Amino acid sequence: MGDLLAVVVDGLIYSSWLFVIAAGLTIIYGVMRILNMAHGSLYALGAYAAASLVGVWMRGGQPPFGTYLLLVAAALLVGLVMGPLVERGLLRFTYGRDEVVMVLVTYALFLVLEDVIKLIWGVESYFVTEPYGLLGTFELGPLSYPVYSGVLVLAAVVVGLGLRWGIYGTRYGKLLVAVIHDREMAAALGIDVRRVFLVTFTLGTTLAALGGALTAPTVSVVPGMGVEVIVLAFAVVVIGGMGSMQGAALGSLIVGVVRSAAVHYLPQVELFSIYLVMALVLAFRPRGLFVAPEARKI
Amino acid sequence: MKNGIGSQILSAAMAVALLGAPGAASAQAPAPAPAAAPAAPAPAPAAEAKPFKLGVVTFLSGAAAGPFGVPARNGAEVLVEALNAGKVPAPYAKKGFGGRAVEMVVIDEAGGTTKQVSEYRDLVQRQNVDAVIGYISSGDCLAVAPVADELKKLTILYDCGTPRIFEDASYKYVFRTSAHSAMDNVAAALYVVEMKPKLKKVAGINQNYAWGQDAWNDFEATTKGIRPDVQVTTSQMPKLGAGQYGAEISALMAGSPDVIHSSFWGGDLDAFLLQASPRGAFKKSTALLTAGETATHKLGSQIPDGTIIGARGSHGIFAPDNELNRWFRTVYQDRNALFPNYPAYHMVQAILGLKSAYEKAQGASDAAPSPEAVIAAFEGSSFETPSGTIKMAIGKGHQAVESTAYGIAKSVGGKLTFTNVKQYPAERVNPPDGVKSSDWIKTSFKPAK
Repeated sequence: MGDLLAVVVDGLIYSSWLFVIAAGLTIIYGVMRILNMAHGSLYALGAYAAASLVGVWMRGGQPPFGTYLLLVAAALLVGLVMGPLVERGLLRFTYGRDEVVMVLVTYALFLVLEDVIKLIWGVESYFVTEPYGLLGTFELGPLSYPVYSGVLVLAAVVVGLGLRWGIYGTRYGKLLVAVIHDREMAAALGIDVRRVFLVTFTLGTTLAALGGALTAPTVSVVPGMGVEVIVLAFAVVVIGGMGSMQGAALGSLIVGVVRSAAVHYLPQVELFSIYLVMALVLAFRPRGLFVAPEARKI
Repeated sequence: MKNGIGSQILSAAMAVALLGAPGAASAQAPAPAPAAAPAAPAPAPAAEAKPFKLGVVTFLSGAAAGPFGVPARNGAEVLVEALNAGKVPAPYAKKGFGGRAVEMVVIDEAGGTTKQVSEYRDLVQRQNVDAVIGYISSGDCLAVAPVADELKKLTILYDCGTPRIFEDASYKYVFRTSAHSAMDNVAAALYVVEMKPKLKKVAGINQNYAWGQDAWNDFEATTKGIRPDVQVTTSQMPKLGAGQYGAEISALMAGSPDVIHSSFWGGDLDAFLLQASPRGAFKKSTALLTAGETATHKLGSQIPDGTIIGARGSHGIFAPDNELNRWFRTVYQDRNALFPNYPAYHMVQAILGLKSAYEKAQGASDAAPSPEAVIAAFEGSSFETPSGTIKMAIGKGHQAVESTAYGIAKSVGGKLTFTNVKQYPAERVNPPDGVKSSDWIKTSFKPAK
């Protein structure tokens, strides 16, 4: 059943791509209760930074295998600069407001960042094709896939396991969980919530940028590339349960495989399939698959 | 947190994202910026007419800016500058429009139809432009056309593709100086059938909106009209701007079609080629890209050999070797380092069409003709352009027909060249006046006896 294999492989690749982006979105929501509309722009910034860095590297005649490191470097650069800048420079003034207000604040940020991108890089398209073709392809039945797609899957697994270890296996992660459960109580116990927020937002930003940087070799980096991504990542996060890391993983997998099945068997409904799944999940589990009911606070 | 608030916020957030999406990248550009200063604001003698104020609307931000909007604006700039200096070759040597300098007001087309209708009203009612040339998006064309008639302002649609403008309605003040999209896909089908006599299976990947759906329907209907035995293996319709086509490429490859038809443009087209090419999708199947010419300028030799490329008319690489074309290519390249692509040619067609109608209406006198006189002169006219003669032959004289061409890309020494270039005369690939494209396609393409 070659078709089924293709559905699974295509779905897995797409899920991996989505997961890296959705993980950043969900961790920011989980800890800070901010639905970050600017996530797509940070993704785009990662892609642009990767395009610029790799461009300079290749023009300098450096070995092409170095470009993989540059993709990660671009993500770190964007994350470490933009994360603290946005959190300290903007978001901290809005903490404690209604969640809907935060959506508007980050939407405004999204618009600003889209124009910042236009200001820096213009409206031309950028190409970083080197890392994509370099590793060759592998055969799977009648189809061939670029090895780079395998790298993408690997990156998603590393990010997923890394986050899991970071949250459940380290002391800092335990502090994070405490903040997720009860911000005020955590602060009362002496946890520096401000610092937790700063670290979380920087981490989320880095993940968005990593998603963009890893995507850059497979596309042309163009204005507006972050718009589609926000909506998809939101769908994933809603299906999985807002703020849940396992949810993001499962949500990505569901969206990826459902979409891929639609493309292979019933292309007419491809656009609709993701939202059908989302609607079904919300109908039965209004808060997503992985959010446990919360104890009522007095 | 109240139960279910997450989903409430989410739906709000998604609504914001969806509403904002088309214009997201352009929110900053509401203020109409005068692009080219009037070339001759000099203290003119009292007798000289005031400049002809021309509104130009084209994408300056968002995904359509790079491949379409900005090259078109660049084309408008070099042409208007040269017109004002009287440096354009015959028959356009007269300065400006009939001696009047042309002053452009350039507006960003991004932001969606509602915003564009407001921008249009602003151009006409507050900035008092004498005419508007614009619109790449079919949605914008459909929204602006009725407003143009309402405000009685001469408006020339220069690039949008939908046949519906003059097939579903008729307008007095609206003209379109480029052919509609039925031409692209009818010619594509003719070319494929001719180049691949053993054609058995075709597939398509087109964006899921009017442009992509029309393109595929016209291509499929024409191909099946001529060759009823041809099979469609799959028709993929990913969302505009999707960017990731892994599964689609697998589905396309699984059917091993002879030809993969696509009307993709911009970043989607680049991404599709970049993702499909290394997987060997174009070893068994030939890609047929109806708007592929815009990608050739930047992707160059990365376009797989054998790919069939169209330019939505005889533009760019397919443009005839005439005086106007040689001149336009030179001045455009001097300014922009790249050769003009088809949207730049479409823009030039619109400006030259307007100039020609204006001067025809003016006749021997030097006075400015009334808009109604310009309209009468424009209807059914024909005029010379870098892409050859354009005839306003259909849509009651308001819709242009033009010739078009397809060719096969071949990389020679790292440079992209084209072989088997075939021109299709306008009459062969455009419906006759008064006939809807879909009806024309259904009845006109029969198996060869």
